[in-house]
Amino acid sequence: MCTVCGCGGTVTLGGLELRHDEAHRLGLADPHHGHDLGHGHGLLHVGTGPAGVSVAGVSLARLIEVETDILAKNDALATGNRRVLRALGAYAVNLVSSPGSGKTALLVRTIEAMAGVPLAVIEGDQQTENDAERIRATGAPAIQINTGKGCHLDADMVGRAMERLDLTPGGFLFIENVGNLVCPAAFDLGEDAKVAILSVTEGEDKPLKYPDMFTAAKLALLNKVDLAPHADADLDAYEANLRRVNPRIEVLRVSARTGEGMADWVTWLKRRHAAKTLAKAG
Amino acid sequence: MHEMSLAEGIRQIVLAEAQKHGFSAVRRLRLEIGRFAGVEKPALAFCFDVVMRGSPAEGAELEMIDLPGVAMCYDCMREVEIADRLDPCPICGGGRLVPVAGDEMRIRDMEVV
Ligand SMILES: Nc1nc2c(ncn2[C@@H]2O[C@H](COP(=O)(O)OP(=O)(O)OP(=O)(O)O)[C@@H](O)[C@H]2O)c(=O)[nH]1
Ligand SMILES: [Mg+2]
Ligand SMILES: [Zn+2]
Ligand SMILES: [Zn+2]
Repeated sequence: MCTVCGCGGTVTLGGLELRHDEAHRLGLADPHHGHDLGHGHGLLHVGTGPAGVSVAGVSLARLIEVETDILAKNDALATGNRRVLRALGAYAVNLVSSPGSGKTALLVRTIEAMAGVPLAVIEGDQQTENDAERIRATGAPAIQINTGKGCHLDADMVGRAMERLDLTPGGFLFIENVGNLVCPAAFDLGEDAKVAILSVTEGEDKPLKYPDMFTAAKLALLNKVDLAPHADADLDAYEANLRRVNPRIEVLRVSARTGEGMADWVTWLKRRHAAKTLAKAG
Repeated sequence: MHEMSLAEGIRQIVLAEAQKHGFSAVRRLRLEIGRFAGVEKPALAFCFDVVMRGSPAEGAELEMIDLPGVAMCYDCMREVEIADRLDPCPICGGGRLVPVAGDEMRIRDMEVV
């Protein structure tokens, strides 16, 4: 055992194995500095400490405690977006779903139903400007982000799109994510709420297969209910499975085709926006 | 899922740490991955090898440490550890559980020279 700092094990230096106290005597390590768990010496302790580190012939290896989230950079950028939105008094929704659940169709309907309310749209797709064009056809401003091979939007993309959008204070920002039920759950964009869209032709067990996305969502829009009779869809089973993975989720049944449920959805949005404004004032 | 993006996130952190601490190579890098993080570990290991090329962590050994999945049971209102996101509550058998921990994706430490 090392008589200087009380730790056991050996130190490998240039292929030479030294006992720990020998290393101290040679002045190779500062015993009074950061000596925990057998690291922090600027020297590698071989066969000691919980890490059990052992690298043959390596000198001057050291352990750096990083303790950093892999997505820390994205999270910091998302926080920046959130601050901008808050300053603007804008409410941002991140729309997530499988490809083809009806995100763009619902947005088009929503824009019509919210006539007079300032809003802007960010569209994310791997390729094409089609969805942004569908939004612009309603008269609302829209920016298309093409992610190429990327399967999700990230906070950096959204931040840059926000700069180009000229957001109106007190309005709404709708972000249509790339159609993908997996990774968008992990990437915070700075939104106020994730809204998951699930169409009634996708199968009642979809929430069980992709629990993360439905766990992250505040609200689920059960879309294409006009097709329910044709698809033999059991809407109660959809709802039960949504609540099974996320007991707190709210669910609204809607149809972008017939307009059913759109009034409730718009009410939900306005209420949330008002609650955010109140929270800011209070 | 997005293992490539995760590997790119790791690379950025490695480069930043190399600047800060002035090391030239990472021998070993340890990640902490929560049970509910949805990380495909073999896929991440593969992406790691590819994405670290040309960085100080090229050829580094990657170690992944599992962190437990913890959920709040809405039936018995207790926090319980479960192995799988959709497992029932081990105390009351209830099925309405909301994760409270286990989505971590973190670099714990790096052994550098
Ligand atoms: N019957 C019916 N069809 C719908 C409804 N909503 C959307 N659709 C149709 O579903 C198809 C896909 O709709 P989109 O709005 O493009 O879906 P999306 O989620 O934006 O798709 P991606 O952006 O490609 O992921 C289109 O043919 C829509 O017309 C609905 O409520 N009822
Ligand atoms: Mg779309
Ligand atoms: Zn992705
Ligand atoms: Zn329970």
